[in-house]
Amino acid sequence: MTPVPAGAPLVEVTGLHISFGDVRAVDGLSFTLQPGAALGVVGESGSGKSASAYALLGLHRGTGARVSGTIRVAGIDVNAASDAELRSLRGGLAAMVFQDPLSSLDPYYTIGDQIAEVYRVHKGGSRRAARARAITVLDRVGIPDAARKSRSRPHEFSGGMRQRALIAMALACEPRLLIADEPTTALDVTVQAQILDLLHDLRRDEGLGLLLVTHDVGVAAESVDEVLVMRAGREVERGPVGPVLASPREPYTKALLSAVPRLSPALPSVTPGALPRTPFAPEGGSSSNAGRAEDPAHPGADRGAGNGATSHARSAAVPSPRRLPGRGGVGEASAAGGDVVIEAVGLSKSFGRGRAAFDAVDGVDLHVRRGETLGIVGESGSGKTTLGRMLVGLLEPSAGHVTRSGDVQMVFQDPVSSLNPRRSIGESVADPLRAAGERDDTRIRARVAELLARVGLDPDRYDGYPHEFSGGQRQRVGIARALAAEPKLIVCDEPVSALDVTTQAQVTALLAELQRELGLALVFVAHDLAVVRQVSDRVAVMRRGRIVEEGEVDVVYGAPKDPYTRQLLAAVPSLDPALAAVRRAARREEAHVAAA
Amino acid sequence: MNGFTGFLLRRIAGAVLVLLALSVVVYAVFYVAPGNVAQIVCGERCSPQQVALVHDKLGLGDPLYLQYGHFIQGIFAGRDFSSGTGVVHCSAPCLGQSYRTDEQVTDLIFGKLPVTGSLVIGAFALWLLIGVGTGVLSAWKRGGVVERLLTWLTLAGTSTPVFVIGLLLIIVLCSTLQWLPFPQYVPFTDNPEQWFWGLLLPWFSLALIESAKYARLTRSSMLETLAEDHVRTFRAYGLTERAIVGRHALRGAVAPVIALSALDAGTMFGSAVLTETLFGIPGIGRQLVESVRTVDLPVVVGVVLTTGFFVVLANAVADVLYATADRRVVLS
Repeated sequence: MTPVPAGAPLVEVTGLHISFGDVRAVDGLSFTLQPGAALGVVGESGSGKSASAYALLGLHRGTGARVSGTIRVAGIDVNAASDAELRSLRGGLAAMVFQDPLSSLDPYYTIGDQIAEVYRVHKGGSRRAARARAITVLDRVGIPDAARKSRSRPHEFSGGMRQRALIAMALACEPRLLIADEPTTALDVTVQAQILDLLHDLRRDEGLGLLLVTHDVGVAAESVDEVLVMRAGREVERGPVGPVLASPREPYTKALLSAVPRLSPALPSVTPGALPRTPFAPEGGSSSNAGRAEDPAHPGADRGAGNGATSHARSAAVPSPRRLPGRGGVGEASAAGGDVVIEAVGLSKSFGRGRAAFDAVDGVDLHVRRGETLGIVGESGSGKTTLGRMLVGLLEPSAGHVTRSGDVQMVFQDPVSSLNPRRSIGESVADPLRAAGERDDTRIRARVAELLARVGLDPDRYDGYPHEFSGGQRQRVGIARALAAEPKLIVCDEPVSALDVTTQAQVTALLAELQRELGLALVFVAHDLAVVRQVSDRVAVMRRGRIVEEGEVDVVYGAPKDPYTRQLLAAVPSLDPALAAVRRAARREEAHVAAA
Repeated sequence: MNGFTGFLLRRIAGAVLVLLALSVVVYAVFYVAPGNVAQIVCGERCSPQQVALVHDKLGLGDPLYLQYGHFIQGIFAGRDFSSGTGVVHCSAPCLGQSYRTDEQVTDLIFGKLPVTGSLVIGAFALWLLIGVGTGVLSAWKRGGVVERLLTWLTLAGTSTPVFVIGLLLIIVLCSTLQWLPFPQYVPFTDNPEQWFWGLLLPWFSLALIESAKYARLTRSSMLETLAEDHVRTFRAYGLTERAIVGRHALRGAVAPVIALSALDAGTMFGSAVLTETLFGIPGIGRQLVESVRTVDLPVVVGVVLTTGFFVVLANAVADVLYATADRRVVLS
């Protein structure tokens, strides 16, 4: 190992430029990271954050990307290093943890063998010693029964276990720096909290430096000391995480933060010195929400009034999804006995047969009224998507029934794969019209233009193809397609989870506007508790195919009754680092109690 | 491991079903469709009385399902044929008697199997070696001169018929340079050395054509796995390119290659006719062509069923190999 002179930074990047062909991904980035410190690189897609992280290990070498500037990691000049030097750096001095832990491990070899292979590349030694080391690090990252589990292949692990295994691989050779590229983006919120806690402990115990790349400001707030906000390949703002998130200097940082959906209806303005006045929903949140809990009949009206001063300043920069304009009125109308658009009774769906059978959805009752939004929130495997599909009629329930009072349409998660890449977007939007029997092309074009304009797209883009549109625009196309059949209800399955936060905010604002103007009922299926909080009137929390808790959104979030709801809410990253520390301690305590 | 055994059993049961279905189709096509079988068997100059006799002897008067039943019974339990003077027992698996020679079809086919088997197995090993080798090399050195050269060669290989390559090899190696003797088939049991030298050119001509296909398949499959996330992981953990390509990319890339080549090897039993004819190898393919020409229906049906058996067998082997390589297959 190359000894690093005392006091020298662990990472020193000066004037980094990376371009792929004509695209400048990173444009003059400089930063340093001291040994044992943690830096969060935050930005939206295309900001160049991942490309910068890859450059630290020289991973652009041989790919056709052009890299200039100087990068020194643990004393090695990455751009000038020989291939052999670079290999000793990779995994030996600096190790990387990737976003998708399933595809990031080789499906053909056991977890233990893969870790042992990496260990032997750097440290040599016998196979037996390497396997022993693999079991040690698997144990270190909290994999129970590590010796036996080390003989499993990646597909036999759950998502969280896989990410732990990948972190174990990173630890195998005792590196000085951990580079984590969106390490929790593919994980459920409770698992995300566990992984972030693990990273936190590893930093503390092993003195690891951490470079965390993420799109999620909350994840950064939980994990790092310093944050660097990137946009279009450049640094926008950098500084200690608390001050930057509490009082950002740059307009872009402000806009980014204001677009982040929050869990609390009226977030106390986080200014230095005014630390968690209202700790967090499960504990203290109930105090500020007490009034609402007692008055569940007028949630919208209450929110409209109470949202006031604190959030308006924040939402100035970007249309915020936090408050759906005008929903208060609709909420009151429905409370006054609005008509039920859809009703499901005893809805169940089982997949598989015999021993392999399981109930994806198990006896769910729900109803949605005109102009109302029902949020359905749950982790992966909770059955929320299956439920959504049964509501639309894409899946036949195994038991129970759905009563619909009008047409029901669906908006899908992935705006890329849910549009046919070989057909123009106009044709996609026209599909429901043609299915309904419309044959006249002039009328179809006119109606599609109207729909495109309705969702904020250029009405003349009928002949455009999906790849010409951005992610947010494609989701608008998906919404236009759903509107074409003039539905009473739209089921949105994770409609914004593939989008950047600022785009997310715009799409949820559009849904709210459509709802207000057309009196649509919405079912909003999502894993993101904060987004659901912001868009819903009522929320149903799902776990293992059942609804564990259902009620007015302020009541469920403000005073959750079910332990699972409380656990979910406690796992959501907070934007306030000090609060995050408090909650981390609380989670630890809870785990401790649970273990005892 | 229980899941794996179950997977194996399901696969075998599936293979048996496919073979039964094949036997129905083949039987229907060859025995039911074309004209008067008895007339064909007896020959042009038979009198109506003689034809009627043959008709009776072959049991053609029986209902179709009974005829098929006898045929299947023959395969599993054996059956008896009257030979005019007495009864000939044809033991299981019995595929009937040749109309031309009265020889039992099974004996005829078993006699040809080692011949075609020798050809296919050697060619199979060669085309895997050449095909996977060039495929891996051109994926690894993509964008360079080596890759362009290999791409060009494999293109030339795919587009050249076997008789052109075979003839060229014979002319150059046996006639002009006289490095090799003219190919002649000698059974392995007679003289292993002559068997080897006699089959070397047929192996190469067959393998060159096939390996071109496999080089292209391996290359694209390799490029796909090289772009996978786990390859990136090992690159980011300091493994050498050789280790990445050899251990992590190749394993994923060859699974479809092995599966397809096992299938091809099965098909080859019936379709290596051109190679067999060119090199004078008395294999199954030539037998099939000969029997079709002389309308020797039992032999045709027998050969088709036998090659079908090999295709199905190869398919099952391919699936099992694939599942052994990638255990996730068993789960889904």
